[in-house]
Amino acid sequence: MAISVNGTDIPIPDDPRVSLLDLLRERAHLTGTKVGCNQGACGACTVLVDGERVLSCLTLAVQADGRTVTTIEGLGDGATLHPLQQAFIDHDGFQCGYCTPGQICAAVAMLRELQGGVPSYVTADLAGPGAPTAEEIRERMSGNLCRCGAHNGIVEAILQVAKEQAA
Amino acid sequence: MSRVQNAVIGSVKTVLGWMPERWLPGGTPDPLIGRHGEVGRQASRLDGPQKVQGKARFSAEVAMEGMCYAALINSPITRGRIARLDTAAAEAAPGVVLVLTHRNMPRLEIVPVMSITNMGAVGNSALPILQDDQIRYNGQVIALVLAETQEQADHAATLVGIGYEEAPARTRFEEAKSSARSLASIMVEKNQVSVGDAPRELQQAPYSVDNIYRTPGHNHAAIELHAVTTAWDGDALTLHDSTQAIAPTANALAKLFGVKREGVRVLSPFVGGGFGGKAFWDHQVVAIAAARIAARPVRLMLSREAVYRMIGGRTPTEQRVALAADHEGKFTAVVHTGYSVMPTYAVCPEQYSLGSRAAYRSKTYQFGQRHLDLDVVPNTYMRGPGESVGSFAMESAVDELAHQMAIDPIELRRRNEPDKHPLSGTAFSQRGVLEAYRMGAERFGWDQRSAQPGTRRDGEWLTGMGCATGSFPYVRMPAGAVRIHLTKGGQATVSCSAQDMGMGTSTVQSQHAADRLGLPLDAITFEMGDSDLPPAPMAGGSAQTVSIAAAIAAAADKLAGELLRLAGNASPVAGLRAGEVRLVDGSLVSLENPSRRDSFHAILSRAGREAVAVTASASAPLEMLKFAMQSMSAIFCEARVSEVTGEVRVTRLLGSFDCGTILNPKTAASQFRGGMIMGLGMALTEETLFDERSGRIMNANLADYHIPAHLDVPEIDVIWTGIPDPRSPLGARGIGEVGITGVAAAIANAVFNATGKRVRDLPLTLDKLL
Repeated sequence: MAISVNGTDIPIPDDPRVSLLDLLRERAHLTGTKVGCNQGACGACTVLVDGERVLSCLTLAVQADGRTVTTIEGLGDGATLHPLQQAFIDHDGFQCGYCTPGQICAAVAMLRELQGGVPSYVTADLAGPGAPTAEEIRERMSGNLCRCGAHNGIVEAILQVAKEQAA
Repeated sequence: MSRVQNAVIGSVKTVLGWMPERWLPGGTPDPLIGRHGEVGRQASRLDGPQKVQGKARFSAEVAMEGMCYAALINSPITRGRIARLDTAAAEAAPGVVLVLTHRNMPRLEIVPVMSITNMGAVGNSALPILQDDQIRYNGQVIALVLAETQEQADHAATLVGIGYEEAPARTRFEEAKSSARSLASIMVEKNQVSVGDAPRELQQAPYSVDNIYRTPGHNHAAIELHAVTTAWDGDALTLHDSTQAIAPTANALAKLFGVKREGVRVLSPFVGGGFGGKAFWDHQVVAIAAARIAARPVRLMLSREAVYRMIGGRTPTEQRVALAADHEGKFTAVVHTGYSVMPTYAVCPEQYSLGSRAAYRSKTYQFGQRHLDLDVVPNTYMRGPGESVGSFAMESAVDELAHQMAIDPIELRRRNEPDKHPLSGTAFSQRGVLEAYRMGAERFGWDQRSAQPGTRRDGEWLTGMGCATGSFPYVRMPAGAVRIHLTKGGQATVSCSAQDMGMGTSTVQSQHAADRLGLPLDAITFEMGDSDLPPAPMAGGSAQTVSIAAAIAAAADKLAGELLRLAGNASPVAGLRAGEVRLVDGSLVSLENPSRRDSFHAILSRAGREAVAVTASASAPLEMLKFAMQSMSAIFCEARVSEVTGEVRVTRLLGSFDCGTILNPKTAASQFRGGMIMGLGMALTEETLFDERSGRIMNANLADYHIPAHLDVPEIDVIWTGIPDPRSPLGARGIGEVGITGVAAAIANAVFNATGKRVRDLPLTLDKLL
């Protein structure tokens, strides 16, 4: 009974009420994952579970048993930043920095969804592979709220990484 | 806020009016203005790597040995008393450490509330905190449950048995108008002001508009919830807080809990969004009291719902704006009056009429605000207090008058541009709003706008363009201090208790300090976020940057004096005074003869010193009283409105700003955009829904209180005049709040241009356009 978090096994808590978010923050002291509403409305708690973006506040820790969880702390390789982390700095894709880990984790999975041909509300050609346009990114990132208003920088940062990945 | 205050400020302004400019701060322009250095450079945030890796530690993320978790109970009724209170079941629940109610809460005084005449105070509410059985508003905290885990605390909170005896409550805006109060002053201005006979001009003028504009309550909605982690060690208190007011919070807590100020330490190095909402409320006090009684460290993070219920937001307003103009389009009357909510225990007058007083030249004026006393969570300052909602009313009215007169709205503004403050006659320090309009109109393509509303169409979408002026006063807070510690090796640490909630405080002040001290950027360390450091004023009023800049300038002067003293008689700069040198390239250099110089390293080596440290406070901000000083903007919007659904989409938004020197174009552009996006939310979606029957907020969550999401936000163009203000430190004025002002009006004006429908009631939801 354990969850692999950034490559380290973390035991399932004895209290089944503990959310994945609280397990990460309060028990594993991985406080890079943020809490903004505990209601699934803001996206600040977004982490990757088996590579897919998940709201950790709406996920019970027991549901993640045997799964692989990646948080913002697990994205880079220690010495170098993940390309999205660097792009967020370059494009000033944050101000206070509180929604940032959730935005970056969501963006990592979102780009995979886009490349995998998962369509969105603004996708014109439902059969073809998704194109990394600003409009697609805006739609697909709309579950991650930002109150400082760093939206333009976030979209630019993700666009740049999407183009680099495609090249 | 009294008649006495009006008289005192009036006489100070009069005396300053007589005083020669050179005697005042800003009398001679800051020598750093126009000098090319780190200031003005496009620098990335120094704390960026920490933030993108999740390493920036916020207040709820500090680990402490033996910590327990708190859950709050908020009143579901609006007025009355707690008739029955049964805590036994909660106390017996697993893991519960303490149930704190008015019965076992320590008896505490009222926290002194912040005001313009008491800038050191920090309270947002003059109500007692957990001191009696009385319920005074819906959402008031009535109990705190402390347990070993958050899950245990949350569960035990459901076990507290509470019976209420309800009493009648004042909850209706319309009904409260008959007993509205008129404050003697609003901030530092006299409240009720009449110049000439505005009602007569309105009747006689060939052109006039006279309408009521309504704005709903707004919530700061910072993504980080209000949170504290706190612990006592004997009489020493540590509070990890998320606050815009570090030093004032430490002062208030020492007084409230009767302990020595030196024993209180408030830390808040990062704030996950503030916008006026992160100051001193009830949650800090109950958490600290619980930690003291339980003798355990305590973490309290408010739920999102509690943030709406017990942290006040922006009041709703109902504003009347009337304008009259002669045949040439010159204003003959400007009237801006109205109502907003401000309980007697609240601090924020929502000064929506103040911006209008400095906006236009007119033959007559009438201004005045009235305040309603309702039983609600005390309203408070939120980004662009006053001007954000005031500019919606005034700048919509200007657009309405321009349409009536068939004059371009920018031209109408140009014809009424004042050359000095319209009411006081005070000179502007610098005012380039017309230049901002010229630049903005050209870049936006304003000449493509059709003067006739409802004539541009793209399928089901009607498109239109609108513009509006934004403004926010320059404020420099008194009494900020910094310490500079300079080593022989040429490393400087600049320290004060300042806050960063995303403005880039440490980045910009490091850039500034590099220039001021004549050192490279990587030789500067900026320490902040800790009440043990020299006290900086609170982050508010768009004032923090210039306030700290002035303190750094004062400390740099003192440092120059200290270095001259240490340099001794053998130095090439011997005999010079602090005002006769500047700090360049790690050296003291004579202003008159730059070949006379002595390096910091040489001076400290000869003196046998490893380092030198000075602490100094900023000069009094008298320039604010001597000159009329404002940040300003011209906002341009292109919007489309569906004829089928009434949906409004903003397709283009441009802000052209006149805010003095821009210290870091990268972070400044972000801050302008952020303000404009909050203005976009205010225009289209944001509304605190208040049930006047129950006195309860109906949408206390982020799913029903709609802040802009990515798909709502177009690419936002930001430009600026960059004209330095000769009266302010670095030539800079505030940029944090001016961004939100004017935006809602520009959008409403674009919607009118698209559809011919004038909406005077925010937000511009589709039901109002069908």
